[in-house]
Amino acid sequence: MKFIDEYRAAPAVLSALERLRRLATRPWNIMEICGGQTHAILRFGIDQLLPEGLRLIHGPGCPVCVTPASLIDAAIAMARTPGVILASFGDMIRVPGTRESLAEARSAGAGVRIVESPLAAVEMARRHPDAQVVFFGVGFENTAPATALAVSLAARQRVQNFSMLAAHVLVPPALEAILGAENCQVDGILAAGHVCAVEGERDYTRIAARYGTPIVVTGFEPLDLLCGILACVRQLEGGQAKVENAYRRAVRPAGNAKAQALVREVYEPADAIWRGIGLIPASGLRLREAYSDFDALLRFPSALREDSMQAGPCLAGQVLQGIIEPPACPAFGQACTPDHPLGAPMVSAEGACSAFYQYKRHVA
Amino acid sequence: MCLAIPGLIVEVEENGDPLLRTARVDFSGVVKNVSLACTPQARPGQYVLVHAGIALETIDEEEARRTLELFEELGE
Repeated sequence: MKFIDEYRAAPAVLSALERLRRLATRPWNIMEICGGQTHAILRFGIDQLLPEGLRLIHGPGCPVCVTPASLIDAAIAMARTPGVILASFGDMIRVPGTRESLAEARSAGAGVRIVESPLAAVEMARRHPDAQVVFFGVGFENTAPATALAVSLAARQRVQNFSMLAAHVLVPPALEAILGAENCQVDGILAAGHVCAVEGERDYTRIAARYGTPIVVTGFEPLDLLCGILACVRQLEGGQAKVENAYRRAVRPAGNAKAQALVREVYEPADAIWRGIGLIPASGLRLREAYSDFDALLRFPSALREDSMQAGPCLAGQVLQGIIEPPACPAFGQACTPDHPLGAPMVSAEGACSAFYQYKRHVA
Repeated sequence: MCLAIPGLIVEVEENGDPLLRTARVDFSGVVKNVSLACTPQARPGQYVLVHAGIALETIDEEEARRTLELFEELGE
């Protein structure tokens, strides 16, 4: 596949690793933000090929993992309401809420559909005028343009039976929470390429300067990841802390202005609770007043209840913050597996726990 | 979820409104309808990065080539 296969070429990977070995003189901890990057790193074994002392810490970049259980419970309550179709991405359907997942609710008769795009949910609403179609919109900045477009089109085309349960989260506030923590061990950051394709480098320039941390915009293929790691180590060894773009074929410095305008038109920043982490100010998006007719939480006001704290052996919160690696959790691979997940990172295709389990990193 | 996949634009449908502009995009043989609402510059024959049903950005082929050249130089 063009723009994928050539970035997996073994000879280039080996020479990049050799270059990295010559470059790194000290141990460094580099955090990749995005769960998609975490999976690629474990799938291709990049972490095991790195020079000794160079450690990758896996960040919180799995949107379904950080979606609070209370919102999943709210989605389930909506899906159980007669005449409602709750549509979302496949990952979101399988993540456990307080008591069950949307998939389990569906088995018990709730109206739940998996779609690849929020635009398909708007189309579904158009085809089923008697039903109420709710899209559960999870995702980072790279997903917000698609859900904003869905709301905007529903408003313009007066698809009154469509609404959005918005659960977007934003990377920069979470990054600041991680870098500003007292026990922060992160020396450098690989920023999520597709988030930056939408929002550009602006916020990261400020963060790199404020925390003295190099931030490298990085892609998802083995060569892209090594390119990002190389640039990050080069900065660390040279005492620099700036934003660099190692994913230029997809990311323009200012991002995509059209996508940004669409998101700003429909959403405004709001405080958000990150599952396992807690409240992070201005780290989410809510529908603007002008689009409140399409807000599922207003349309189904009794669906949302208080978040109940989860007890038990699952340490997902510490995994999401990069404090521990998944196998350090007592439940990992024992009580908690992809078939019977206790925490969201074991479910999602981007969760760190599922990556470690899938690529057998718990087996010595 | 954050995965965005590069695909080749086969055909563009203008649909009389920039927000409704769509394309048939080929992902190594699987052809899908994709919104071009955020990539008004996208044309047939170009690659776009697609996520959740919309094209987030066009792929800059010149930059793509430059990155690969950079790696070739590393090996020398």
